[in-house]
Amino acid sequence: MISADTKPCIASKARLRYDRIANRYMLLFPEKGLVLNPTAAEIAKLCTGEHSVAAIVSQLASRYGKDATEIESEVMKFLTALSERGLLKEAD
Amino acid sequence: MSENRPYTLVAELTYRCPLRCSYCSNPVDWAKRKNELDTETWKRVFREAEELGVVGLNLTGGEPILRKDLEELIAEARKLDLYTNLITSGIPLERARLAQFRAAGLDNVQVSVQDVDAKESDRIAGLRSFEKKLEVCAWVKELGMPLTLNVVLHRDNLDHVAEIVALAERVKADRLELANTQYLGWALINRRALLPTREQLDAARKVAGEARKRLLGKMEVLFVTPDYYTDYPKSCMDGWGRRFIVVSPDGLVLPCHAAHTLPGLKFDNVRDQSLASIWAGSSGFNAFRGEAWMPEPCRSCDKRGVDFGGCRCQAYHLTGDAAATDPTCTLAPSHGLIETARGEALGGEAPPLRYRSVRIASAR
Repeated sequence: MISADTKPCIASKARLRYDRIANRYMLLFPEKGLVLNPTAAEIAKLCTGEHSVAAIVSQLASRYGKDATEIESEVMKFLTALSERGLLKEAD
Repeated sequence: MSENRPYTLVAELTYRCPLRCSYCSNPVDWAKRKNELDTETWKRVFREAEELGVVGLNLTGGEPILRKDLEELIAEARKLDLYTNLITSGIPLERARLAQFRAAGLDNVQVSVQDVDAKESDRIAGLRSFEKKLEVCAWVKELGMPLTLNVVLHRDNLDHVAEIVALAERVKADRLELANTQYLGWALINRRALLPTREQLDAARKVAGEARKRLLGKMEVLFVTPDYYTDYPKSCMDGWGRRFIVVSPDGLVLPCHAAHTLPGLKFDNVRDQSLASIWAGSSGFNAFRGEAWMPEPCRSCDKRGVDFGGCRCQAYHLTGDAAATDPTCTLAPSHGLIETARGEALGGEAPPLRYRSVRIASAR
């Protein structure tokens, strides 16, 4: 389960890549790719295993001047979706 | 953005392969096409593909590890930031070479096994290979790479899906592809021996579905239903010339790996033209893009933007007309061909398997 203390990391089978044709980020993994919206891309970039979910939320909230609870639900939704596809692991 | 943008390059590096699987998707006349592209041409193809928008690369064949320049090709793909997947039987591979692939930047390794035990797996492959494949799977994980286990399903192994899932867990696969045979090429020749019954298929799908739920987040379980048992055709290659570029070992640029088996279509070669000019201008690519080519019932069907009329190769090889509605569609005038084939799967002794060979076989 993902909690505020979890330090998420993109799984080794997935790779974040900038798509310069369409000016957006994609998360690539075997046989597939997810097109990321700008917020999802910012979240994914912070999934390095160094930052906790709480830290990611506060960083994005201050960057976008948005309410932390609003950002938090977006972050949790995205990370849960990644996790269910096996695209996320927790840093030790 | 254009409607047609390639995301994936399927590089068929060679048609050579030590295995002789009776459902091989290579063209049945593969042995006639020996003139393989050289290293520099493949590297140019990768660069030109990336410029067109390709982000993923499948290195396949035949058996791609038979190419002595595979390390160099992987390194070039990495330089271009392509997500690179090696699709291999693992024969013949040494651990040290696999480590070189990893060092060169390979992202994922997909190993195929034919069944859950050596006897059956080797019978289907036409070569003693099962134990070696499992060893290769172990190396992939030891070297810290993601592993996809692929099993092509048919009548003789469809009842083993639970055991296949257990095998995938044992080798710590990150992804399991349970891909039912696509009845083209060698598989069409062997259809009577390979096509399962609906009961088999329903049972296997249930087992796979339970495994998918149980392993959520741990191992991705993919079950590809054979289109002989679906109501509507599959969206073959996500539509002709929309998302995929296949380059054959001898340099033909194709919308799918069997497109050059369709008569009357002209496909171009990367030796003569850039990939960009072929993608945009090849008459073969443009033949079945869009909807203008579609016959009824496709043309007015509300699913035409979902399945794009199905598989052109299947249409041709079953009906003789590449522009026909895919006969697997229950709305197709030729759907009776599929019902007949399913009927054959139910009864009687199946003929012996015909292995992939250099002899040019005829599907008819």
